[in-house]
Amino acid sequence: MLITCPYCGPRDVSEYTYQGEAGRRRPDPASADRAAWDAYVYDRLNPAGEHSELWQHSGGCRSHLVVTRNTLTHVISSVAFTREAGRSHGRRGKGARR
Amino acid sequence: MSPRRTPDGGRIDRSRQVRFTFDGTSYSGHPGDTLASALLANGVTLFGRSFKYHRPRGVMTAGIDEPNALVTVLEGDVREPNIPATMLEIRDGLTVVSQNRYPSLAFDLGAINGLAGRLFSAGFYYKTFMGPVIGPLKGTRFWMFCEWFIRRAAGLGRAGHAADRSRYERVNAFCDVLVVGAGPAGLMAARAAADEGRRVILADLDARPGGSANWSDETIDGMAAPEWVATMLAELSGRDNVRILPRTTVWGYYDDNTLAALERVTDHKAKPETGEPRHRTWTIRTGSVVLATGALERPMVFPGNDRPGVMLAAAAERYASEFGVLVGERAVLFTNNDRAYRSAAALARAGAKIGTIVDVRDTVSAAAQRLASECGAELLTGRAVVATEGRSRLTGVTVRAFDAKSGAVSGDARNLAADCLLVSGGWSPALHLASQAGAKPRWDAALQAFLPPEPTQNWVAAGAVAGAYTTAEALRQGLEAGRRAAGSSDDRGEIGIPLAADDELDPAPAPVFEIRADGKAFVDHQHDVTADDVRLAHREGFVSVEHLKRYTTLGMATDQGKTSNVPGMAIMAAAVGKPVEEVGTTRFRPPFAPVSLGSLAAERHGHLKPERLTPMHDWHVAGGATMMTAGLWFRPQVYGQPGETVEQAYVREAKAVRGSVGIVDVSTLGKIAVQGPDAAEFLDRVYTNTFSTLPVGKARYGLMLREDGFAFDDGTTWRLGETEFLMTTTTVNAGKVMQHLEYLLDVVWPDLRVHLTSVTDEWAGAALSGPKARQVLEACVTGTAVDDATLPFMGIVRGEIDGAPVTICRLSFSGELAYEIYCGAGYGTHVWETLIAAGRPFGIVPYGLEALGALRIEKGHVTGAEIDGRTTARDLHLDWMLSKKKPFVGSAMMDREGMTGPGRLELVGVVSLDGRPLNGGAHIVENANPAAPRDSIGHVTSVCYSPALRRYIALALVEDGKARRGTRAFVSDPVRNRFGPVELVSHHFFDPEGKRLHG
Amino acid sequence: MAEYSALSLLRNALGGNRDWAPAWRKPDPRPAYDVVIVGGGGHGLATAYYLAREHGITDVAVLEKGYVGSGNVGRNTTIVRSNYLLPESIRFYEHSLKLWENLSHDLNYNVMFSQRGMLNLAHTPGQADEFIRRGNAMRHEGVDAEWLTPAEIARRVPGLAIGGSARFPVVGGLMQPRGGTARHDAVAWGYARGADRRGVDIIENCEVVGFLRDGDRITGVRTTRGEIRAAKVGVAVAGSTGHVMKMAGIERLPIESHVLQAFVSESLKPLIHTVVTFGAGHLYVSQSDKGGLVFGGDIDGYNTYAQRGNLPVVEEVMSEMVALFPGLARVRLLRSWGGIMDMSMDGSPIITRGPLPGMYLNCGWCYGGFKATPASGWSFAWTIARDEPHRINAPYTLDRFYRGAVIDEKGQGATPRLH
Repeated sequence: MLITCPYCGPRDVSEYTYQGEAGRRRPDPASADRAAWDAYVYDRLNPAGEHSELWQHSGGCRSHLVVTRNTLTHVISSVAFTREAGRSHGRRGKGARR
Repeated sequence: MSPRRTPDGGRIDRSRQVRFTFDGTSYSGHPGDTLASALLANGVTLFGRSFKYHRPRGVMTAGIDEPNALVTVLEGDVREPNIPATMLEIRDGLTVVSQNRYPSLAFDLGAINGLAGRLFSAGFYYKTFMGPVIGPLKGTRFWMFCEWFIRRAAGLGRAGHAADRSRYERVNAFCDVLVVGAGPAGLMAARAAADEGRRVILADLDARPGGSANWSDETIDGMAAPEWVATMLAELSGRDNVRILPRTTVWGYYDDNTLAALERVTDHKAKPETGEPRHRTWTIRTGSVVLATGALERPMVFPGNDRPGVMLAAAAERYASEFGVLVGERAVLFTNNDRAYRSAAALARAGAKIGTIVDVRDTVSAAAQRLASECGAELLTGRAVVATEGRSRLTGVTVRAFDAKSGAVSGDARNLAADCLLVSGGWSPALHLASQAGAKPRWDAALQAFLPPEPTQNWVAAGAVAGAYTTAEALRQGLEAGRRAAGSSDDRGEIGIPLAADDELDPAPAPVFEIRADGKAFVDHQHDVTADDVRLAHREGFVSVEHLKRYTTLGMATDQGKTSNVPGMAIMAAAVGKPVEEVGTTRFRPPFAPVSLGSLAAERHGHLKPERLTPMHDWHVAGGATMMTAGLWFRPQVYGQPGETVEQAYVREAKAVRGSVGIVDVSTLGKIAVQGPDAAEFLDRVYTNTFSTLPVGKARYGLMLREDGFAFDDGTTWRLGETEFLMTTTTVNAGKVMQHLEYLLDVVWPDLRVHLTSVTDEWAGAALSGPKARQVLEACVTGTAVDDATLPFMGIVRGEIDGAPVTICRLSFSGELAYEIYCGAGYGTHVWETLIAAGRPFGIVPYGLEALGALRIEKGHVTGAEIDGRTTARDLHLDWMLSKKKPFVGSAMMDREGMTGPGRLELVGVVSLDGRPLNGGAHIVENANPAAPRDSIGHVTSVCYSPALRRYIALALVEDGKARRGTRAFVSDPVRNRFGPVELVSHHFFDPEGKRLHG
Repeated sequence: MAEYSALSLLRNALGGNRDWAPAWRKPDPRPAYDVVIVGGGGHGLATAYYLAREHGITDVAVLEKGYVGSGNVGRNTTIVRSNYLLPESIRFYEHSLKLWENLSHDLNYNVMFSQRGMLNLAHTPGQADEFIRRGNAMRHEGVDAEWLTPAEIARRVPGLAIGGSARFPVVGGLMQPRGGTARHDAVAWGYARGADRRGVDIIENCEVVGFLRDGDRITGVRTTRGEIRAAKVGVAVAGSTGHVMKMAGIERLPIESHVLQAFVSESLKPLIHTVVTFGAGHLYVSQSDKGGLVFGGDIDGYNTYAQRGNLPVVEEVMSEMVALFPGLARVRLLRSWGGIMDMSMDGSPIITRGPLPGMYLNCGWCYGGFKATPASGWSFAWTIARDEPHRINAPYTLDRFYRGAVIDEKGQGATPRLH
């Protein structure tokens, strides 16, 4: 698998560290909303298909990237720096916690 | 009669002899021979024994699809088992033995299994060996007793334990077009892509690229096919943008057009060149791929089809044309297709007598009939071979009438004398790589074969793999594929296609895979899977292809079913009464053919992981230190003196620290430069305690939690300037902390203006501890005072030690007056030696990890053994560090019900009451019960002999540990058989008020 | 259906093996069942078996989208052990191991459970202490564990790089003698046959494409072979959990799906006689009865539902193999494949009632699913039958994450790829 880092160009997956779903949003630091914290820390979208996810180019420029990748084919359709992609990418689905 | 070398012909170098041994007998062959061709030339027909029934087996193929002729190559005491004789090039001194036989290949006791063949039907072991339900053999005992014998009977070659001293190598390569297979299609594709200016790699698994053109009797571009190959290779190898890799098997097709290949660099050389690796793994990243991987001939399934002397027709042709070996004097051809007639003709030309051609079809094409009469063979149509005779070599075959539509055998048996039976059941495209990078292969009813699937990656198939079985068509497809792979939109039609006669033979075989008659008819020769086994699987409901494979082990042997998958599926389809495509197809997975583990380990063979050494490493080794690993680092354990035990050494070292002064290398601590206008704010968010209030020139101990609220890491962070901090982490967590911080900055708080730099390797560090530490510094530090006023506890100064700039912080892990001195890594040893020289009047000792541990345990400081990812700050009595004034990472989650409340394991001190050492990993119980240990209430995390307390002490995590202080308990260590009374105490064993910090 | 025995084998052999019956029936689905289990893998089949055997609930269908055992039960490295650190884990896996020890008799199907021992190698004194802590935890739960010295290890595992020039010398090893390997496919087939013999319908090629609901309550499933109603629907589809639960409207779970590659060498004469793990990396290896070395390492480390991995992990695992056994450089890798793991947020599974009424969820097996098969099915059946967990699976709820009551064997927190 190759991920095209916007700085470094196409590099092998072994240079990157996977950091999970990109759509999670950290609650306000002072928030006491337990459900929001639970969702942030533990719950993940896990689709069979397009997935928006974070990768760190840990063996390169160490930037974090938002990568859209198909989990059935491993085809990557977009890569952007997290800073440029903005903080609130993705969406929140309905959680298992009820 | 035996196989023999023909007087002339073949592409071997008859002017030179190569000597090798097989099962202790010396033979000779010629350069260009494989082990199979050379042994056949010497009249050898028996090559191996089969897996289950130990049946005698000869050579069936001439290539990578060989199921039978597997051998072990010996190089001294290094063994390489299961190598197909058909792929092994001979070299002087090559030593080979046969396998899976006892006591010898000719007489094998294991052959007795054949007598109980029906008992050993597919899946038999699932139905028996369960043993009695009660008694001494109940449970798994009886099975394990049987298994002992089964394991010894199973297995193929024997591997050894002698370490392989060969070198292996890994190469990354990049190209625009990778062409896999250098037959007519591949050669054309490579040239077409090269013509477009693309960077091309052309890989072929054989020693001589050329594929079928190497042994074909056709004419291409007015030349004999092998001559055309030579011309093409000469032309391609002269180009800068083409790299040709012979002996290179492309075996894996991974994501994003990353392909893996194995090059056998020196296996064929008697004497490798200096520095040449044995194998080389190629990781090839390519824009597009041309798969010109050809097709594999498949055998027919009929009783006795495994007798030595039964061989694929094209293999026999190849032995004759390419190696100058005649596999028999008197041959019979048994076929369901036209193509095989060419093989018979080739053998006839090489001097064999083709007695009879047995064809299952009622009528055959005129072209085929012509070939039959050209080689003087009697043509028997509508017949089939139903049995073979002979023991370790074929002596004759039995033929009966056969109805290709119904599969019925009838009529009188006719015996034909023959010393070799050429068999052809049609061809299966070698679509393994296409399958790895494609959807489901599709069944072609006309060709009776699976053709490549829709690509899921950027490849194009050309030649026989795409069903183009004639050379003319392969050349055409190769050219087109090469142009397409090169991205050429220029449609130049047929310009540049070399002329080759279009074949008049019909490429489509009759849909006949099996002749049902009495006797064992093998589908998977290597695993001894018979047609009856396939039908048994059907009867028992194991119908899907995957069930068939798993239940019968069809296609699971080292040849991975290259000759058996399609016949096996066809027989299942017939049993189910459905067309083959509805039974399904099996998905091919890497590798296409077996790959040596060494080649995949490559340069890491013998060097698994890097060694991280501190700048003072050589000094430690010269100073007598015993080194131990800490992650990738090497650190001194103790600097032992002659005759000292480890315990004596660290006790001496620790005593010296408390009594005078000691020095320890702390370069391995993680060090992160945290810089920027928001650095202090950032630290406030990631540490549980506050750093924004820390004055410049001071350090503070900090604790980090994970987002889930559990303790993560601790260390001191130094404020070097208003916007500049130096953070230290534990040695093992350095990388994880860095990643954690980067994530937060990049993803969560991109608005913070902070920059992080890992500086672990930039700074060497030494900790100087003990009442005399300040005096040592005073003796060698210039440019700053180090008195209590200038350098108070947690203060930081900058100065020099013998010309080297240093940063000194007064902080303590040992509980003594102590300093950490950091300098550029290049000055590390110089500063270290200077400090030791300055300390000599005070009796300074260097100390290692054991003494470091003893000193911190006496103080109750925690490390990774206690911050183990399951403990909270409160468990470790670090709640005083949890700021209530600000949120921090983990603050929202740290007080959840599962992480508080009764029953948590909490940090306690443990004192041995029986005067015996305590051990890490021992458990704590309220009542020791060595006979039946139970009711653990916790475990020991860190242990030492405390010179200060003159007791064996430990830290432990114990249920509600704080409440248990002052109570008695026991260590319970059944694994090491150590039980004994202890007292649970506060973890602050020594100087709890911290008076000694001030010297 | 006939009992399997040496005698039946002989009788059938004499009859040319023509009288064997299908190992299980191939029924069409009926419109309604008491219990529908989604997923005909090891866990789903075991659940159906124990529902019938332990709780007398036989009006059960197991729905499998492909063929029985097409998922991880046939893709793992076949290791069975209960050498865990935390009491919850030890109790659960030891319950499983005890079921394993009698499984072939229980099922009348030889699953070839071979208790050849499970050896974890330690390479530093600190690691030795960690392993001994684990061994002691086991001993305090009544489970077997022994410490082996390097000399004993050298004797039992010839060819191992013990000391000397080894980069990671072996300082000792934790041995669980009762650990071992089993024939993975046979476990699926044995449970399928056993459940079928007790009246369970095993329905292959029947993919669930949606859930039937009455408000929040799950009342059945929609499948490629029609609607099937059920009072209780158990989901045991590790590897597809995210995908299947999404059909029930649950988009987020404490799970990521990762691919774990497994490897087998060519068949060799007996060479490695126990299950061995390498402590200085992540590698586990044993030798199958057929002779192949079966081994694996880390997951690839990214979300995927494609049952294939990539080269870096292949190279890492092979490097560790030859580091551990320098004699194996010339042994050849025969086959590799991938299975999809539910990697949970604490490395432990979920076996629970819910999260919707009428639904029961069994997932999150990480690396541990195969060895858990009997206890997983046994406790899931209990939970479905009685609407409450058994003692052994009570800790494995979904809400433990949110309560902070995680069961974190590796102490890695909510980073699934590190478990």
